[in-house]
Amino acid sequence: MLEITSTRSNPGIDPALHVWGWEIPLYLFVGGLVAGMMVLAGVAMLRTARGEDTKSFFSIQTPLLGFMLLNLGMLALLLDLAHPLYVWAIYITFQPLSPMSWGSWVLLIVYGLLLVSALIRLPESWPWLGVRVPLLQKASDFFVKSPVRMRWLGMANIAFGIAVGIYTGILLNTMVARPLWNSAVLPLLFLFSGLSAAAAAVHLATVVFPGRPAPRSLIGGALAAMTQPLGAEPPAKRTIDTVIRADIAFLVIELVLIALLLLSLATSTLSHIEAARLLFSGSYGLVFWVGVVAIGILTPIVLQALELSHRIPHTVVPAVLVLAGGFALRWVLVNAGQASEIVSAAARL
Amino acid sequence: MARYGMVIDTRKCVGCMDCVVACETENDVPIGFSRDWITTEVRGEFPNLSMEIRSERCNHCENPPCVTCCPTGASHVSDLGIVKVTANRCIGCKACISACPYGARYVHPKGYVDKCTFCDHRIKDGKDPACVSVCPTHCMHFGDLDDPKSTVASLLRTRKWHTLLPEVGTRPRVFYLT
Repeated sequence: MLEITSTRSNPGIDPALHVWGWEIPLYLFVGGLVAGMMVLAGVAMLRTARGEDTKSFFSIQTPLLGFMLLNLGMLALLLDLAHPLYVWAIYITFQPLSPMSWGSWVLLIVYGLLLVSALIRLPESWPWLGVRVPLLQKASDFFVKSPVRMRWLGMANIAFGIAVGIYTGILLNTMVARPLWNSAVLPLLFLFSGLSAAAAAVHLATVVFPGRPAPRSLIGGALAAMTQPLGAEPPAKRTIDTVIRADIAFLVIELVLIALLLLSLATSTLSHIEAARLLFSGSYGLVFWVGVVAIGILTPIVLQALELSHRIPHTVVPAVLVLAGGFALRWVLVNAGQASEIVSAAARL
Repeated sequence: MARYGMVIDTRKCVGCMDCVVACETENDVPIGFSRDWITTEVRGEFPNLSMEIRSERCNHCENPPCVTCCPTGASHVSDLGIVKVTANRCIGCKACISACPYGARYVHPKGYVDKCTFCDHRIKDGKDPACVSVCPTHCMHFGDLDDPKSTVASLLRTRKWHTLLPEVGTRPRVFYLT
């Protein structure tokens, strides 16, 4: 028998580590979602540059929505900081070994890319502004009229979307003290969870703002511009079906990655096995198996497959479930991950 | 450059917590927080018991995960080889707290992350850290691990010792004699 007592009781550290609350899971979710949106938009841009599918040219691009969501995520990050007045300290240095430093700088580039991507669509999706600022139209044409620039923009969106999608996972798995996060599967899992959430969000946006010629009013146009799945041409049903099909593929890959994550933990050291055990009991187990796997992945796969084969009508239910599941995944991994710890080999002798 | 380390004789330590109190006084540690603490491990079945009492703190690892994850460089290895935090560069993201396997760091009520400094303000004056200087059983020793004539180096040569969680690969510089 072994009994360990400690006189330490530091807030947030004892009895179990809990320094990150809802803010970090929310940021990880939103960051992944925006990353996925960028990849989807990038693919659409590449297709446009090749002259394919020009009808639903911008139909699945949501850069302004991504911009707003990223702001929300950044706000959550700022709220998490214990010393927020010193946040500038991130941008006076670059720490090559710190994924958080990489992420901070990449996010600056992402902001720029999202704004440029939003700009090319702005005059059409927000006519009120387009008419009043002719320069917008010129800037937009600069990209839209050139397949080469369009292709570069598309590739940049894909590359930085993937970078943002995986860096949050790398950030967590460099923390050697938290065995639940010590798996190279984690960055991929976050990337694909972000892609599935993005497909769901784009699907949801096309329903909330059904494609019509953009409203000419100030407010209506602004709202339309935010999501940008609208234009004179609503996204073709074919395009929506492609998004749903992609979502199913992302969800299936996510399921495989979750299985691989559990397998890699279960076949590793005692610390990792104990970490995996956290996902099989208590509130973490409930959220993980019911919230993430059953409600967030399996149910939407089935519902969307039935929708595609016309057995049930299209609804926003699967999209909402995917988004909820995406947040639940970040919540459970951040919280259970903090609770996981290195089990001293000596303590078990 | 000196490679400072601490050697603590668990056969002499009685867990009196003088080191803890000395640290709180010397470093103005906020109430309810600890830079160092006492861990007691009791092993076996009554009446066949063995006990190890340890005064624990930041291990000032040679391979510190709290330093590599820091996005601003606030968490750094000082020119004395001591793991420290620059308060006015720390944004309070708490990544270093998550990264530390020893739970040695905490968020100071003023917002920045705080931890043991090996009392480097005392070391510079040639004194021992506060915890070492007050130990009534003289179970704690501090010095240059690279200097073969130092007490710490000779104790590590002649006695059996262990570090905390060596399997993590952090290479702690606080050693426990057994």
